[in-house]
Amino acid sequence: MIVSRRWLETLLSRSLEGKDVADRLARQVAPVDAVVPIHQDLRDVLIARVLEVKQHPNADRLSLCQVDAGGGAALEVVCGAPNVQAGKTYPFAPVGATLPGGGGLKLERRKIRGVESNGMLCSAKELGLGVDHAGILELDTQAPPGTPFLEAIPVADDQIVIDVSANRPDLLCHKGVARELAVSLGGTVKLPPLPTPPPPKAPVRGKDRGAVDGVEVRVEDPEGAPRYMIAVIRGVKVQPTPAWLANRLQSVGQRSINNIVDATNYILFEVNQPLHAFDLARLRGPAVVVRRAKPSEKIVTLDGVERKLTPEMTVICDAERPTIVAGVMGSAESEVSESTTDVVLEAAYFQPTRIRRTRRALGVSSESSYRFERGIDMLGMPEALGRAIDLIRAVAGGEIREAPLDIWPEPQQPRSVFLREARVAHLLGVPVPRKEIERLLSAVGFVVAPREERMAVQVPGWRPDVTREVDLIEEVARLKGYDTFPDELRPYRPTTVPEAPSEITLHHVREHLVRSGSGLLEARTLPLGPADGPDAVPVQNPLSAEEAHLRSRLLPGLLRRVEHNWSVGERDVRLFEVGTVFKKAPAGARPEEELHLGIVLTGARHPQHWSDGASGERAKLPDMDIWDLKQHFELAVGVAAPFCAVQPAPDGAGWVAAKEDATGEVWGAATPLEADAPKWAAPLYGLEIKIAVGQPALFRYQPLPTQPPVVRDLSLVLPAGVTAAAVADVLRREGGSLLERLEMLDEYRGPGLPAATRGVTWRCTFRAPDRTLTEQETNAALDKMLRAAEATLDVRRRSA
Amino acid sequence: MSDLLAALNSLRERLKEIPQADERRLQELKTEFLGRKSGALTDILKSLPALDPEKRRTIGGAANVLKRELEDAIAQRELELKRGATSLAAVDLTMPGRRQWRGGVHIVTQIVDEICDIFKELGFTRVVGPEAETERYNFYALNFPKDHPALDAQDSFYLGGDVLLRTHNSPVQIRTLEAYPPPIRIVVPGRCYRRDPFDASHSPVFEQIEGLAVDEGITFVDFKATLATFVRRIFSPTTKVRFRPSFFPFTEPSAEMDVQCQICGGSGCAACKQTGWMEILGSGMVHPAVLENCNVDSEKYTGFAWGMGPERIAMLRHGIPDIRLFFDSDVRFLEQFI
Repeated sequence: MIVSRRWLETLLSRSLEGKDVADRLARQVAPVDAVVPIHQDLRDVLIARVLEVKQHPNADRLSLCQVDAGGGAALEVVCGAPNVQAGKTYPFAPVGATLPGGGGLKLERRKIRGVESNGMLCSAKELGLGVDHAGILELDTQAPPGTPFLEAIPVADDQIVIDVSANRPDLLCHKGVARELAVSLGGTVKLPPLPTPPPPKAPVRGKDRGAVDGVEVRVEDPEGAPRYMIAVIRGVKVQPTPAWLANRLQSVGQRSINNIVDATNYILFEVNQPLHAFDLARLRGPAVVVRRAKPSEKIVTLDGVERKLTPEMTVICDAERPTIVAGVMGSAESEVSESTTDVVLEAAYFQPTRIRRTRRALGVSSESSYRFERGIDMLGMPEALGRAIDLIRAVAGGEIREAPLDIWPEPQQPRSVFLREARVAHLLGVPVPRKEIERLLSAVGFVVAPREERMAVQVPGWRPDVTREVDLIEEVARLKGYDTFPDELRPYRPTTVPEAPSEITLHHVREHLVRSGSGLLEARTLPLGPADGPDAVPVQNPLSAEEAHLRSRLLPGLLRRVEHNWSVGERDVRLFEVGTVFKKAPAGARPEEELHLGIVLTGARHPQHWSDGASGERAKLPDMDIWDLKQHFELAVGVAAPFCAVQPAPDGAGWVAAKEDATGEVWGAATPLEADAPKWAAPLYGLEIKIAVGQPALFRYQPLPTQPPVVRDLSLVLPAGVTAAAVADVLRREGGSLLERLEMLDEYRGPGLPAATRGVTWRCTFRAPDRTLTEQETNAALDKMLRAAEATLDVRRRSA
Repeated sequence: MSDLLAALNSLRERLKEIPQADERRLQELKTEFLGRKSGALTDILKSLPALDPEKRRTIGGAANVLKRELEDAIAQRELELKRGATSLAAVDLTMPGRRQWRGGVHIVTQIVDEICDIFKELGFTRVVGPEAETERYNFYALNFPKDHPALDAQDSFYLGGDVLLRTHNSPVQIRTLEAYPPPIRIVVPGRCYRRDPFDASHSPVFEQIEGLAVDEGITFVDFKATLATFVRRIFSPTTKVRFRPSFFPFTEPSAEMDVQCQICGGSGCAACKQTGWMEILGSGMVHPAVLENCNVDSEKYTGFAWGMGPERIAMLRHGIPDIRLFFDSDVRFLEQFI
């Protein structure tokens, strides 16, 4: 909502400062987005007095003026305006001035019909102050010549852009904003008087129909239009708007159209009553019928678009067809035009949700629909309509032959809300005396009456948001000023709500990964993307086709992040993410949400160090390979799903994490990844696992060994098809409790071994908790392990 | 024989050279004394078999003692050299040390944790809720009227029927009020979704931290105090705050909280639109209708609630100009905050 500082000044009868207004509004009413000075393009224009007017020697219609612009010597200026007179004061643009609306063009000294002109006397139109181009703008000011125009003439204005929240329609007009400002500034709000004949007679009430000055009015949809008023003004003259009115509208960013339309817009921005004026001559009947639209009825709205209507919408019709989509937009056919002489003026209250649905369905909104949707002041309509009639008669003439018609089938009384003084203190934490409460509330239009232990507060019609006690308490707090309340911490009782286990788990997972030492960086990817699997949940109204599904996996998003890093030249990328993924649920139900952990790895295993090798040998630095992938998978499984075992994937493409129970349920997988990689990129690996929420495993103390270990290396030849894991299983089982540790040292394939076999060396650490192992005991254990390996897997010791 | 003894003695004299030798000299000495082919002591030992038994014993004994001494001294010096390698003048100590990759959690995670930890000290526990919600939890239980313009600021992604991606973490207020009796003090971190296209300050997906306190006797003063305390902890103890009117359907009175602009310090700059203030969170006293919707006695219990954007706080505090940086996962960005 844009309000004009000068408009507010008129209502408050005092001068205001833009920034101060913004600050007061922000602290007590609503935030201000900006204060925009307007007419700043007139800063070069000066006040000048014409000393002498002579005929231009070479042109009949031009005059030659001696102008005092404060610079000492008089300037010779050529002027084409018929109204220029010696001794009068005009706006003057000196040579070098930047002219308004000239796209930053500077005024130059130039010859006009052979005589040099040292500047320009300006018309209202040239200054962007109106449409009057007939002559230069005669000024009524005592300011001496040379005074900047903006200082001398009160046209400079500030647009104050207020961010009005959905609950405060009363702030959508100058009167409402001025009312709030009056609380902090003092003073009262008074609408400027209009130069007009005595006001028309009081409106005549109607139940659901009536007639005014020959126009039949019927409200067939009282739900859509609970109150509906019509006035007929005959004999108006449609013409350009007077400058003061055009300026007012311009100051809030509105274009001037004609005197009738501008008058209705003025009332809209003054007191928040949307009005519609239409041409009586074009009204068939003449009748005004308010009803629901019929199925597939159509209307061509003011913007030239044909729109299909539904019975959900209210329309204003004449005797035959719809002419207006109620509260939203009229049609070109019914509009006031230059030929209009008789005007039908509508003031209505349209039901807010009806208007909201209509404008959403039609995809069109207007200043009127914006206000109807938020709820206008139903009780203030007669006053607003009366003022609109006065204004139209003031700017366009015409007369009212009959009192306006007011169709209001179920008249409403102002709402009353009870307020307890004790409840104010109970909620705000500070007692506010009853007198103070009364003072604050009545300052913005509430009427407070004592009623036993509480106050009965009558709510003004422009405050539809105030419906219960707490709303009034907010008014008290707001008007008193939030800053006036103390902010000292007071004691509180502990919460009954336990910490979410999933948050504890996620924290643990993150810490574990970061501390692992492999340099994993946490990524946060967008949970929206293209479909990443059969379970992906589609979004019904996505922003784009690329973001039309919720992720069901983390890896695709992480992969895109790796590609981003490649695109900026980063080769070493190690990312992890913990986050929610979504899986399709039966229609109408919320999708299932799971917590996943994903890791992507590519690039060097360690950062380069100068001692690693001579320069140019960077290629020697090892890149991460599948064994780094397995390391991270084991790390991930250990922290995210410790009840799972890492196994080769059945398809041989990598590993899976499977639950170590009869179900063997797979919780995660790790594989090399295909990606759109630049030539210099290292291989890319990825893993993803579902996170089990639960307590991290409790570590139990293991007694530290007191006996020395015996270490033996065991080189075995494994036939084709025998896995290391199978051999290790046998060795561990047979080694029993004496075999403390079994580590793989190396693998060998090549000369010296039978074809299709490989040599694998394990280091076996033996220890007994209570004695030093003898040579014989160790040998016996090794023998047992070897015999079993040979018997079950045909694995033999490698001869030296 | 006396020649050999003299040779042994002169060798013994040279023992003292060993502790001063550098790496190269030590190798030379080792070869000179103990070299397998022509070491001085090796030669003496080689000549032993040619001596008569008496001499052999005397000289052999002395030679072996010296050999051990030489060997010990050389080993000692080798160890010293190895240990002291870096302290040697030969090494350029300005050369960079070895590096390891460094990992770390995302700056937004760090801020979320920091914020939640501050509130933990003020008695709030950390809870979460689903990201896909129903209209009831996301809007109507929170006192949003149906078909009301207040819904316009909450443009939502719908998944079908009345299921949508939550537009704020406030549904967790409802879920908590339904599940636990007061006193309730919770903070709710998590993702929210709004149909705002990406730009420097908007993202269709963003993090939010919601908070709720409900108990008997909670007032506007407690509300202001708790949030002002938070701000002074996350920014600085002298940071000024102000509260001003706002509107949320689920709070009454509603307030926005501003902090002194973190860029200009309050004197006015482009970042704060010359106001000296930056909006940091939306908040207010819990609307009685919200309590009533959860079957909590709104006469007996009062409370306050707020919602804030950790991304915005991270941007303000760390001078990050564009919210999209958080989602790019550019390692050069991530590494700046570990």
